[in-house]
Order: sequence, then C-alpha cells, then structure tokens
Amino acid sequence: MVQLEEIRKTFPMEAGPVYALRGVNLHIKRGEMVAITGSSGSGKTTLMNILGCLSSPDSGTYRLAGEEVSNLSQQQLATIRSRRIGFVFQTFNLLPRLNALQNVELPLLYARATAGAIDRARHALERVGLADRVEHFPNQLSGGQCQRVAIARALVNEPSIILADEPTGAVDSVTSQDIMKLFHSLHAEGRTIIIVTHDQGVAAQCERQIVLKDGTVTIPGKGGNS
Amino acid sequence: MLFWTTVRVALQSLYSSGLRSFLAMLGIIIGVGAVISMLAVGAGAQMEVTQKVSNMGTNLLSVRPTRSRSQGAAGAARQNLTLEDAQSLLAIPQIAEVAPIVRDQGQIKYYEQNAPASIIGTAVTYFSTRSLQTERGRIFTEFETEKSMRVVVIGSTLATELFDTTDPLGENIRINGEDFRVIGILKAKGDRDRDNPDQAVIVPYTVAMKKMMGATRIQDIDVRGAENCDMTAIQNDITLMLRKQHNLLPDTDNDFQVFNQAELLETASEVSRTFTVLLGSIAGISMVVGGIGIMNMMLLTVSERTREIGVRKAIGGQNKDILLQFLLESILISCLGGVLGIVFGCGVAVAIENFAGYPTVLEMNSILFALIISTAVGIFFGFYPAWRAAQLDPIEALRWE
Ligand SMILES: Nc1ncnc2c1ncn2[C@@H]1O[C@H](COP(=O)(O)OP(=O)(O)O)[C@@H](O)[C@H]1O
Ligand SMILES: [Mg+2]
Repeated sequence: MVQLEEIRKTFPMEAGPVYALRGVNLHIKRGEMVAITGSSGSGKTTLMNILGCLSSPDSGTYRLAGEEVSNLSQQQLATIRSRRIGFVFQTFNLLPRLNALQNVELPLLYARATAGAIDRARHALERVGLADRVEHFPNQLSGGQCQRVAIARALVNEPSIILADEPTGAVDSVTSQDIMKLFHSLHAEGRTIIIVTHDQGVAAQCERQIVLKDGTVTIPGKGGNS
Repeated sequence: MLFWTTVRVALQSLYSSGLRSFLAMLGIIIGVGAVISMLAVGAGAQMEVTQKVSNMGTNLLSVRPTRSRSQGAAGAARQNLTLEDAQSLLAIPQIAEVAPIVRDQGQIKYYEQNAPASIIGTAVTYFSTRSLQTERGRIFTEFETEKSMRVVVIGSTLATELFDTTDPLGENIRINGEDFRVIGILKAKGDRDRDNPDQAVIVPYTVAMKKMMGATRIQDIDVRGAENCDMTAIQNDITLMLRKQHNLLPDTDNDFQVFNQAELLETASEVSRTFTVLLGSIAGISMVVGGIGIMNMMLLTVSERTREIGVRKAIGGQNKDILLQFLLESILISCLGGVLGIVFGCGVAVAIENFAGYPTVLEMNSILFALIISTAVGIFFGFYPAWRAAQLDPIEALRWE
C-alpha cells in the first residue's frame, strides 16, 4: 500500500538546514495498523505530511497503492488527498464556523460528490457514535467528541489510508481509549491506519511499531524496510 | 452545494468581524452612494427638460448665433442676429409666430426693495411661444411695443420679493435706472433655466434695446411653426433665409444655428452628461479607496485564517477552491457595501430633492450599474488576497498557531 524508498526532506533555515528526514525506507501493507513513535523532533509529522501527500519529498520515491506520487503537482496531490487519504490531527482542526455535519460534509464537497453528500456525512457521524450531535458546533462539543467528528470527516470519503498525528494527544486516557476503539473498528473494516503517537499504550495496540530517530527508521518492525 | 456552503461561511465571517467589515465597506458605501445620487440628479434634470419640451410643444424652434471658437476659450456668443432677421422669417409660410429676444441681468427696485432679475426684452409673441400666462393683470400689447412704452410683466417670485403684500399692478418699478409700470404678474413656472420667468421682468424689446441696453442686435429668435407644419422644412427655410440675410457665400459656414426641441433636449442632456462624468470620477476615487480597504481587510482575514486554509487543503480543497472562497468573500463584502451605498444614495437623492429642490429620478439601471461596479471592485481588489490564500503551502499553514 505504502512504499517509501530513501525519502529525504530538508528544511532550509536561516540557522542552517534542518534534516527532518534522512533516508526513510518503509513498507506498509494494505489493511495494516501501524504506530509511528519517536522523540519530539524526530521527523514524525514530516513523515506523515509526505505520506498524506501534503508535501513532496526532496528525494526518494513514494508509491501509494502502486502509483508513484513523489513528483506530482499541487493539484494532483490535492486530488489524491481528497480521494485516498483521511487526516486526523492532534488538535482536531475542525472549522469553528461549521457544525459537525457541515464539517464532515466538506471533504465530499471538495471531492465534488454529486449526490447524497449530506446523507453520507450523517452516516459517517452515526458511524462514530455522534448521530445525536450533528447540529452541534465544535465549541459545543467535548474534546473526545470533536476528535470523533474529525475521524468521521477523515473517513467520509472512504479513503484507503487514515493518517492520525497524535490523535489522542489532546484528550484524557478514557477518551483516548474510546478513540482507539474507533480506530480498531475501522481497521477491522480493512482500512490501512497509521498513527503517530507518544503513548506507549496506544502504540502497543497497533500491529506494528515504527520508531523514528533523527529522521531515520531505527527499529524496522516485521515486514519493514523491504 | 460547495458554493452555498462557501457563501454561508463567508457571510458568517463577515458578520463575526462586524465593525471591521463595515469600515472596509465604507469607501464602497460612499462611492456607490455618490454614483446613485448623481445619476438620480442627472435623470431628474433630464426628466424636467423632457417635460418642459412636451409642455412647449414640438413646433418650437430657437435660432441662436453660432458660438465662435476664435473669441476666447469659452467661445463667446456672437452678436449677429438682427430685428430684420427676425422680421424676414415671417415671410416663410409655415411659420406662425416669431419672437426676438434680448437679455440682460439687472437690479430691480421698488422703493427700498431690491432684487436681482433677468431682464427679457421681447415681443408679444414670446408669451405664446413660451406658454406664459398671467396670474393677474395682462401682457403688453403690440401697440405698447411699437410705441416703446415702459410697461413690464413680472415673474411671480420677483413679485413677492419686491412687493410683499402690496398689489404690484399699476406700481412703478425701476429696472436698471428706468421706471416701468407693472401691468401683469406671471403664473409661477418652477423652471430653473436661464429664462426662468419666475425671476424675470419682461418688457417690450423696443424699450429694452433703445433705452436700457443700447443694443442693435438680438440674442435669440423664438419661432413657432403653424399647426401640423413640417419642422424639417421650416428649419431648412430658416437657414436659407438667414444665409441670404447675412450675405453668406456658398462655401462659408452658417453663423447661426437653428435648434428644434429635440436638439435643445440633447444640449441639456449633454450638460447632465458632463455633470455625470465629473461626479463619476469623484465616485471612482472613493471606489478605489474602498477597494483598497477591502483588500486590506481580506489580507488580514487570510493571515488570521491560515490554519483553516491548511485544514481545508488537507481534507482535499484545491487551490482554486480556496481562491474562490476568499474571492466570494470579498465580492460579498463589496456587494453588501454596494447595497448599503444604494440605500445611502437614495437617501441623499431624497435629501437633494427636498432641501435643494432639484427633481431626482431613481432608475433601475443605475441600481444595476452600482451592483455591477461593486462586484467588479470586489473581484479586482479581492483577487490578490485570495490568490495569496490559495498559494499557501499546506504544511506551513497547518503549523500556524
Ligand atoms: N515546515 C518546517 N520548516 C522548518 N522546519 C521544520 C518544518 N517542519 C519540521 N521542521 C523541523 O524538522 C524537524 C522534524 O520535525 P517534525 O517532523 O515536526 O517532528 P515531530 O513531529 O517528530 O516532532 C524538527 O527539527 C522541526 O523543527
Ligand atoms: Mg509532530
């Protein structure tokens, strides 16, 4: 599903270049649930951004579902994000002026879904157990509920991969477990799920852990680096 | 559907930054207000002229000297029409009446009372060509004209200014130092052109030319055609006649012009067109200032909502979606400003009508025009901020705190 070879990403800064990723090799199969861990600044978010087609690597190749995506234009990347990728962020990143339903509907609108967008959005909210909160605005929802809206938004387009960057980082441990349950059920449906986390408890629930250190993968899990 | 969601979000964001949006709109409001009120005044002036023309009838012609280009920049009027010219026109069969006109400005005195007025020296026929009727008293006669008698018909406004409660009929007034007996008072007309009869004294041209102005030339000739006459034919006949009178050689231009009512109307609308251009440029400047205000606000909005832009891109928003979103927002704000400006402009027009007494007419076209202009301003000045938003790098935008 995901195949990275020698991925490098450098940020040129005034104080000198920051080598965020220095040759990452990674292979994640369809339907896997993988945790990416590593200390702060090790390059996890940068890696997620590349996996999620938000940015392109400086060098190396990235194949997503067999398709080479390392050198695509902005517009092509946006199309891939819209069709294949669902993002979940640590701070939810819901749009404050839209209610839960409208937030979830937005990816469908951007994907130019022709019919039934509202129904599909409603269904996605049911899926995350928020059928009774569709009209609520983000500031009327708890952190855990916001994150579930965000997950509904990530899965509404039926993406093949869900990328979550510290999805439990901003919620308490009980809520964190609710959210993990949700990811498990999505995994059970056959979706590929990649979770960046600091929480060993969360990482342990995944099938495999990938540890990043200074922009490289240090302990390739089973099936990694092939 | 994406469109309506976008419109809704745009409206909400405008609403939530209320005062700021309003300040950004101010330039547009003033600009559109100026456009609307000036068009209303222009249309009002046009309407007034049209009415006047239809009151006077279509069989009225006015002969005037050609404005010479050589004498001064403004093109002073030549003095080349004579009483003989006016007299000669009567030979044209289709012409019913001819009125020679001389004009002056002067102070009119009645004991201690003093008022400025236009002095019109003309023949009896003037009253019928201009549809002037007396409220009280009578107009002067041909006999009085022939004998250069010092009689005067005065306008209604002037009558009240000079006489207050005294009956003007039979009283003597002093016009530029000469005494005249008031024999008639005109009905009020409410006109505002240079022959405004409400503020005029009308005397026989004979007295006016010999005693008051020492003039040998006349300024205008009013000509009224007979019922159902062919106006074009009359215009041609007048031209031929006056060329002969003025001994013009075949290859020289006319030194006079014959206007029909339609042409007079055109001159009037030309005046209002100049007026429109002048006020239009004032409006244009405020529109540019308003546009810059909107651009400024949009740049601020874009930088405040950087993170939102990042999120929108992450969940599949294309650059053009972002561009459209912010463009729509600036169009909405400028259109809203336009609508408020239309309301403001209507208010100004009503005020002009009530306090300055100018008639105003609100036309659907000018409202449409104002809306188109404000949309254009929104697009033009909103494009750069929207483009900036669309070009944001999604990861930089998502890192924004
Ligand atoms: N857009 C960027 N511009 C400059 N430096 C960046 C950028 N993104 C990440 N970095 C740097 O790259 C390194 C890796 O960052 P990141 O991927 O965010 O790490 P993590 O998510 O593991 O904490 C850090 O040193 C960070 O400062
Ligand atoms: Mg990070």
